[in-house]
Amino acid sequence: MWSPARRRRIVPYGLLGPGAIWLVLFFVVPMYYMGQMALRSGSLESGGFTFSWEWANFGDALAGNEEQLLRSFLYAGSATLIALAIAYPLAYAIALRAGRWKLLLLFAVVAPFFTTYLIRTIAWKTILADASPAVGVLQFLHLVPQDGRVLATGGAVVAGLTYNFLPFMILPIYASLERMDVRLIEAANDLYASSAMAFLKVTLPITAPGIVAGVLLTFIPAVGDYVNALLLGGTGQAMVGNVIQSLYLQQRDYPEAAALSFVMMLAILLVVAVYLRLAGTGAFMGEEEEAR
Amino acid sequence: MSAAWRWVRRNALLVYAAIAVLYMLAPIVVIALFSFDKTSGGKLDYAWNGLTLEYWRDAIANEAVNEAMITSLELAALATLVATVIGTLMALALVRHRFRGRTVSNLLIVLPMATPEIVIGAALLSMFLIYGLELGFTTLFIAHVMFSISFVVVVVRSRLIGFDRSLEEAAADLGAPPLTTFRTITLPLLAPGIVAAALLAFALSIDDFVISNFNSGTTETFPLYIFGVSLRGIPVQVNVLATLLFLATVVAIALVLWQQRRAEKLAGVAAD
Repeated sequence: MWSPARRRRIVPYGLLGPGAIWLVLFFVVPMYYMGQMALRSGSLESGGFTFSWEWANFGDALAGNEEQLLRSFLYAGSATLIALAIAYPLAYAIALRAGRWKLLLLFAVVAPFFTTYLIRTIAWKTILADASPAVGVLQFLHLVPQDGRVLATGGAVVAGLTYNFLPFMILPIYASLERMDVRLIEAANDLYASSAMAFLKVTLPITAPGIVAGVLLTFIPAVGDYVNALLLGGTGQAMVGNVIQSLYLQQRDYPEAAALSFVMMLAILLVVAVYLRLAGTGAFMGEEEEAR
Repeated sequence: MSAAWRWVRRNALLVYAAIAVLYMLAPIVVIALFSFDKTSGGKLDYAWNGLTLEYWRDAIANEAVNEAMITSLELAALATLVATVIGTLMALALVRHRFRGRTVSNLLIVLPMATPEIVIGAALLSMFLIYGLELGFTTLFIAHVMFSISFVVVVVRSRLIGFDRSLEEAAADLGAPPLTTFRTITLPLLAPGIVAAALLAFALSIDDFVISNFNSGTTETFPLYIFGVSLRGIPVQVNVLATLLFLATVVAIALVLWQQRRAEKLAGVAAD
């Protein structure tokens, strides 16, 4: 039999094995095949696609879809910013001010997760429909022209994205606020910092990792989303996800669809890299003075 | 300045939180409300037509809706079972053991969560197409387990970190073999975390549209069915079932929280 020392070395791999194999086989390997698909040529009619280092697919994927690609980043970026503006005060209130209502409020925040994504979005279609009371209020406030509509505009798509990915923004920020040692704020106040100053110099830098995580968890899925654009947008609001979806499932031009998926992933990675550089893991807000 | 205004100023943050929470819940209210909508032809038309109990009485009268719902429940149950077991094992390995390849393993778990769903769906479809695999329940099952694993690991791991090991050590000192310790001490203490992870996996699976849309073939889950009919008109029963599903989840979560508190209390008593 195996010696205890040897067994101890083997055990973690045994535990990790099934999950790791599943993730490699059905996450890593498919990525390789998508890359391979992106370099194939041919057509379904002529007997399928064969691998031929067809780099031109990437040019084809980009040409004519720049507009949708750009729009995806614009919509996802706006939705992320709005979500951050809504999420931070809410997470702050729940973590530090809610008292015994904490659990209930937290539950209300994740509750939308427990209704089907599509039904939720369709519910927004009802709320934003032309004759709905909500649109009436917006028209009364002159935020929307008297004869204007909300549905089938870019605003509706951004609103849908914001709503659907908001829990991803709230939860990491809530977690970082919850973990924060509140005595640090008291210390700042004892040292004559105004509450605004204490927030800027203490709370915000400490919760920066939560903000960074929330922004990434909201932005990345929002760029690739196509449900909101499909259900809430009109013909002029298609995002890159809509194009990929249609290339794969309707036009069945798999190589170009795979190439466009890669272009989108690369663009996301680029934006995320720049963002992480700017936001930094430590040099966020208050700490930049320290770094100088 | 009136007293009311002063109160609002003092509690501005809480007032704001209340408004934000109402906003979060608005669609759920709409879904529940419109399950009582008296619409002609039994299809939602995005406007209020008056109150009726008809569709709640005939909640299971629409065959197609039911069939899709049953497929979804079967798929979610199977995927949850598999993902929870292998995800829990992974979390145990990552928290309890030091070994070569931990960093890579962590990356393998984080990456699927940081990849847009459409890319996961498209990549899987590319592979299935190249191998000529027939799309259907099996490919859906593969995909659902895949995207659930990471979330299970994250939830169980957070429970394992800060886990009081003194009870396990006591059992070992009293001569219990490792597997007995695991079965009688570790597993019961870990149970609330595992149940929470399973609940999350179930919710993710039953809710998934994007990845399923790529890998379903002709198999129709509840979200796929809704998408299919969303252009032709959605039966009101969809809202009824969505409301029921939501209520069932609320009850399940309440039970988990209650059980978690009880387990913590028991662990606290045992530790004393």
